[in-house]
Amino acid sequence: MGQYYQTESVIHKLDPRVKLVATICFIISLFVVDSWVGYVVAAVFLAVMIKLSKVPFRFMVKGMKAIVMILMITVVFNLFLTPGEPLVTFWKLTITKEGLRIAVMMAVRLSFLIVGSSLMTLTTTPNSLTDGMEKLMNPLKYVKVPVHEVAMMMSIALRFIPILLEETDKIMKAQIARGADFESGNLIKKAKAMVPLLVPLFISAFRRANDLAMAMEARCYRGGEHRTKMKPLQYHAADRIAYLVLLVYFSGCVALRIYL
Amino acid sequence: MGIIKTDKLTFEYIRRDEEGNVEGINRAVDEVDLDVKQGEFIAILGHNGSGKSTLAKHINAILYPTEGTVWVDGMDTQDEKHLWDVRREAGMVFQNPDNQIIGQVVEEDVGFGPENMGVPTKEIWERVEESLKAVGMYEYRKHSPNKLSGGQKQRVSIAGVIAMHPKCIILDEPTAMLDPNGRKEVIRAVRALNDVEGITVVLITHYMEEIIHADMVCVMDQGQIAMEGTPREIFSRVEELQELRLDVPQVTLLAYELKQRGVNLPDGILTIEELVAALTGLKGA
Repeated sequence: MGQYYQTESVIHKLDPRVKLVATICFIISLFVVDSWVGYVVAAVFLAVMIKLSKVPFRFMVKGMKAIVMILMITVVFNLFLTPGEPLVTFWKLTITKEGLRIAVMMAVRLSFLIVGSSLMTLTTTPNSLTDGMEKLMNPLKYVKVPVHEVAMMMSIALRFIPILLEETDKIMKAQIARGADFESGNLIKKAKAMVPLLVPLFISAFRRANDLAMAMEARCYRGGEHRTKMKPLQYHAADRIAYLVLLVYFSGCVALRIYL
Repeated sequence: MGIIKTDKLTFEYIRRDEEGNVEGINRAVDEVDLDVKQGEFIAILGHNGSGKSTLAKHINAILYPTEGTVWVDGMDTQDEKHLWDVRREAGMVFQNPDNQIIGQVVEEDVGFGPENMGVPTKEIWERVEESLKAVGMYEYRKHSPNKLSGGQKQRVSIAGVIAMHPKCIILDEPTAMLDPNGRKEVIRAVRALNDVEGITVVLITHYMEEIIHADMVCVMDQGQIAMEGTPREIFSRVEELQELRLDVPQVTLLAYELKQRGVNLPDGILTIEELVAALTGLKGA
């Protein structure tokens, strides 16, 4: 998934909840449609969204690189192992007509899925994503899911990632200065060399956690109860229109499945 | 009764061995009586392990006394009913700037305290704006805290506390991890709060230069208040300070040494300007 790409666009300005719901609906729609017309509809929908987001397409392709292997495996297995009417046979392998169809379909589904979810992470800051998730999951509170706490943990984790990375770098340099070797040797040796890096890192992370908890309590933090929001999420006209567009797209996909 | 008052405040850390048996008891704070009036600037001085941070954590109800009582604005900190009121009225700034900033954007961090208190959204924004302006960090409101210098981070932490509209602020060695420039920035911001906004300040430090402007100074040693008085009174007792392993500012030390050699100088010189004035005055006489 791509990191947030800063620019001004309609998609960027949408409420994170809309984008979350839209991404989920889009993924579901990919599995609902099973005709070529359906895929064309999905492709057009995705292309329009990418165009609206003003994010260069190559950023989404970056996300694809991570799944190239999975994609290949899926395609190869589907291609050769689906029973049906033989199309081409060479050596012991047979490509069937059905196999070809399923393989192409899976490849299209997976790549659309990745591009679609990259579009969400590229246009939404991690912060507002957490906010959106907290708000969307809110009903789960009634079945005792600690929604607020999970969201708080996520945002604290996001804040401390760069700090801990910097710290790792510092410890690593300190250990190298004293003759530690992180580079050479086989995998096991390398893993063992990580121990003098991880131990101080964990100790410092725990110390930071302790300090942070104290600082939060000192600032009257007592969980999600009685809490107000500095930046409450609010739906605007654009968000309503977005939901409408989404509804049209999704019901279109369902209709295609039923009537085609 | 002042805004902060302690009566025979005692706190003991219990040391345990690996099986959890009591190995020994450390008395970190030992029968401390303190009375801070509204609007005062108090400095608490002491070397490492003198109990000054432990004392500070009592004022914010993070630690509770083993014996004795602490009152903040007339509320007993051990009274659970008032826990959140005590924490709101006595804000606390800690040593490590990285470990007390919660938000990923400066303004969000400053808004964290008011959010916890249930302040309405519109008022949160007003409070964030005024407190960032008070510490001179308003232009940085959209920045990520990770990109700021130590002094700036510490000023953001202070803004985060004043956004809660406390009556007093306790700063627990806020400058210990900063470079000299950052230290000056933070102390300037703290003094402005005290002078302009009239917020009571309790500054805990081991840098002598920072306490020159305090109304009162308490020097702690082994959990007890060893010396108490105005900065001038404290600095005139150079030998006692050195016995307590504290560094006297160079100017004060120089004036003291000169005086020992028979130069006629007043006691407790605090700044270079004062020393210059005293010396030129001598020349004229």
